[in-house]
Amino acid sequence: MRTGFLGFSLNRGVPLIFWLLAAFAVLTVGGITAWAAGGARLQARIGASGAVLGCALGTAAAIPVLLGGAAPAVRLPWPVPLATFSLAIDPLSAFFLLPTFGISALAAIYGAGYEKADAGHGRAPASSWLWFNLLVASMALVIVSRNGILFLMSWELMTIASYFLVTTHGERAEVRRAGRIYLIAAHVGTACLLVLFLLLGTHGTLDFDTFGPAGARTAAGAEAIFLLAVVGFGVKAGFIPLHIWLPEAHPAAPTHVSAVMSGIMIKLGIYGLLRIISYLGEPPLWWGWTLLVIGLVSGILGVLYALAQHELKRLLAYHSVENIGIIAMALGLGLIGMAHHSTVLFALGFGAALLHVLNHAIFKALLFFGAGAVIRGAGTGEIEHLGGLLKRMPATGAAFLIGAVAISGLPPLNGFVSEFLLLLGSFIAVSADKLAVGIAGVALIAGLALIGGLAAACFAKAFGIVFLGEPRTNQAEEAGEVGALLRAPMLALAAACVAIGIASPALLSALTRVLPEAAGIPPGAATRDLLSARPALLGVTLAGALFFALLLLVAALRAFLLRRRPVRAAGTWDCGYARPTSRMQYTASSFAQPILDVFAPMLGTRVSSVRPLGIFPRRASLETATPDSFRERVFRPVFFEIDRLLAKLRRIQEGRVQVYVLYIALTLLALLAYQFARNP
Amino acid sequence: MNPLGLFAVAGSVLLAPLFLGVVNRTKAAFAGRAGQPLFQLYFDLAKAARKGAVYSRTATWVFRLAPLGSLAAALTALLLLPQGGFPAVLSFPGDFVALIFVLATARFLMVIASLDVGSSFEGMGASREVAFSALAEPVLLLCLAVAAREAGRGSLSGIIGSVTGGDWQRTGPALVLVAASLLAILLAENARIPVDDPNTHLELTMIHEVMILDHGGPDLALLLYGAALKLWILGALLTGLLLPGRTGSPLLDGLIFLAGMLVLAVVIGVIESTIARLRLHRVPQFLVGAGAFAVMALALIMR
Repeated sequence: MRTGFLGFSLNRGVPLIFWLLAAFAVLTVGGITAWAAGGARLQARIGASGAVLGCALGTAAAIPVLLGGAAPAVRLPWPVPLATFSLAIDPLSAFFLLPTFGISALAAIYGAGYEKADAGHGRAPASSWLWFNLLVASMALVIVSRNGILFLMSWELMTIASYFLVTTHGERAEVRRAGRIYLIAAHVGTACLLVLFLLLGTHGTLDFDTFGPAGARTAAGAEAIFLLAVVGFGVKAGFIPLHIWLPEAHPAAPTHVSAVMSGIMIKLGIYGLLRIISYLGEPPLWWGWTLLVIGLVSGILGVLYALAQHELKRLLAYHSVENIGIIAMALGLGLIGMAHHSTVLFALGFGAALLHVLNHAIFKALLFFGAGAVIRGAGTGEIEHLGGLLKRMPATGAAFLIGAVAISGLPPLNGFVSEFLLLLGSFIAVSADKLAVGIAGVALIAGLALIGGLAAACFAKAFGIVFLGEPRTNQAEEAGEVGALLRAPMLALAAACVAIGIASPALLSALTRVLPEAAGIPPGAATRDLLSARPALLGVTLAGALFFALLLLVAALRAFLLRRRPVRAAGTWDCGYARPTSRMQYTASSFAQPILDVFAPMLGTRVSSVRPLGIFPRRASLETATPDSFRERVFRPVFFEIDRLLAKLRRIQEGRVQVYVLYIALTLLALLAYQFARNP
Repeated sequence: MNPLGLFAVAGSVLLAPLFLGVVNRTKAAFAGRAGQPLFQLYFDLAKAARKGAVYSRTATWVFRLAPLGSLAAALTALLLLPQGGFPAVLSFPGDFVALIFVLATARFLMVIASLDVGSSFEGMGASREVAFSALAEPVLLLCLAVAAREAGRGSLSGIIGSVTGGDWQRTGPALVLVAASLLAILLAENARIPVDDPNTHLELTMIHEVMILDHGGPDLALLLYGAALKLWILGALLTGLLLPGRTGSPLLDGLIFLAGMLVLAVVIGVIESTIARLRLHRVPQFLVGAGAFAVMALALIMR
């Protein structure tokens, strides 16, 4: 590294940083131009082009680092107190940048296609592409910033940009409400982060490289920082019980925004957690357990709430909670490994977490795109109103099926690979000598298997009821396939699901570079231990290939058996009903009911029904709703009380600007007096 | 890749339908009937394979994919399973996880195929299938965790057949609990009494049979055969995990293994003859009970 000229310092790999800065510039300029341009189509074209070009430039900056190139960094002086304009792309950043740019580019294409077809109703405001591009830029800035103040500012920009995107259709009351919940939740998180960075910075600067190993920090300080990180980043990530904004914001936001928020933005909570943990030195055992328990609760409750939902995007939002839970479980295993100096648990836990971050970004974006296509094609996302869409939207249906299999963690697709790595680690933990590690392994195995089974049930419901059977309403009957701009991103992501599922061993060496520095783990050991999973992943690849080969073989066998035999079409057998109607089909609620009954005490589903009475019952109805119990039972009463207390402060809220200026002057005066009293 | 394992695969492919024959003959003997021929399932498969196909107008390619996928998955699982002294064709760390999840893929395909025809009966079966399997899968993995810890190995080649008579003396109670737990899961996953009744013809109470109501001809043959293989696989897993003794000669080990499978088939027949089917809302309790056994076994060996 050379320092000099105006305190401006750079290291090797300089050009890569300029690619990244160019990406920021293109994104911003594209956004502003789109805002200034007239006409929705032109705006979409300019905004999306800017996003795609910016993402391409950013990807060009990230890929060389992942392939083992030098990590570029730049530091510029900045007059803001405690701050420098300090950026770096280390492998961890590069690993998060890749899906950020990839998914955002696809979402931009999808969004352009969506708005093109959105000619009639609910036109998005002119600024929406500006906010989209700013969201992408701010997410990337969060990932590469290496100064606390810069990090917080980009974090805040990310929150505000996503808030304006969530409230794109703010003419609807529920959208405004969702936006408000999101904004409040996000700022509770930011408040924690503010304190966190102040605790971390001890040398009069908030540059990350001064946070260093925790030599000077007391154990209590590190523990406070860890808890603040779990809460502050957990709000963004969607750990239960901090998840309540997710199921509100995702259905409210436009689809391409939901995909970016759910696929990428919530993962930045995981990124922040990983980054902070790397500065905290050796963790005590309870950190790992904390994340493990949070992960188990988020995973299981997330998927159960998902099963109880009737609306496609809300269902997907709860699945994000579930998958964040799986990631937290993996991080928990890694931290427990660190605490016990078990390199293999650390490597497999963190490796699985990182891989699942990537995988979830891919299949969740795919599923949101699919849900958006359904809403576009059939006019509704209400699961009970759909049916038979696979025949009407073949490409969307096939892509959604691939996403559904992937998110259920089933081989041979990508979701299985990361869960497999985690299970591999869990089985090693079960065989460990230390009882605490063994119990963690048992909890992980049982939890993951349960989550996997429930997720498969949930996506059998989502895919089966929406895309298969007969259409349940005229809307579904008349649904049609969406345009090429919407189909292409889905097919690309579906291909990625298959590719990662089959070619996972190739990702392993990139993952080893991404593993964060860990205290107590000798350098190189973690790499070696993660690479030791290569034979296992090769086995998975081979088994997947054999599965496909056998599938073709059995298909050939069936074709052989059926040659020269009659193949006819007839009505569904249905045990002899003379006039079956589509309303006789099993519904999504009925499908999920046996599982929800088992877990009823955890869910609090409200049922209101009018029972059929008499020989010829006229009216009968059944309604079930599963509101989020944390929102209903925890946050609503708490915020109600806060509201009541704060109402007393209204007295000083005069409404006259002059009085507010007086308040400011008085505060400044008080601060000055305080300062003078301390150092006269 | 170990080609020696192909012998075991070939043996399983040939013998799997016979396993059900033994179960059915045991049940017949209990009921005082002569019962169907031992090879009845072979006849059924041959008959179904010779027919044409009738597909529902509602159904899509998903419906036609499921029989292929479920048989291919069962065969893939077979390739991962060492049996009676013969190694698995494909062995790698964590292969048991892959085995269980491949079978889960098969189930997912079956479930969506049954939703594909838009019949309320098949939807009902599918709904029950996913509910019970979501509870059964964790138990199966926990049983394997016991076995993996006992064997100190991370792949089925190390785990299967590693139990010795000494192990039974040392950790007998844990192994008994695992055996009970695995047997419960085997019955649940293969739609046997007390979870599901393969002989019932009342659609409202069925799970597996009702899911395949609309499949016929070669598709039905593939499904029935896949189900027979799945029963064989879980049976072989149970036998392999718990049967002590390895003589070193593959032939002798193979015979011991087959004897174990025969006993298992008779045991299943006895269970089906002597206990009643559970009411559906009791099934989760049955599965949670099996899970509790597995956890207790873990507690016994981990203390």
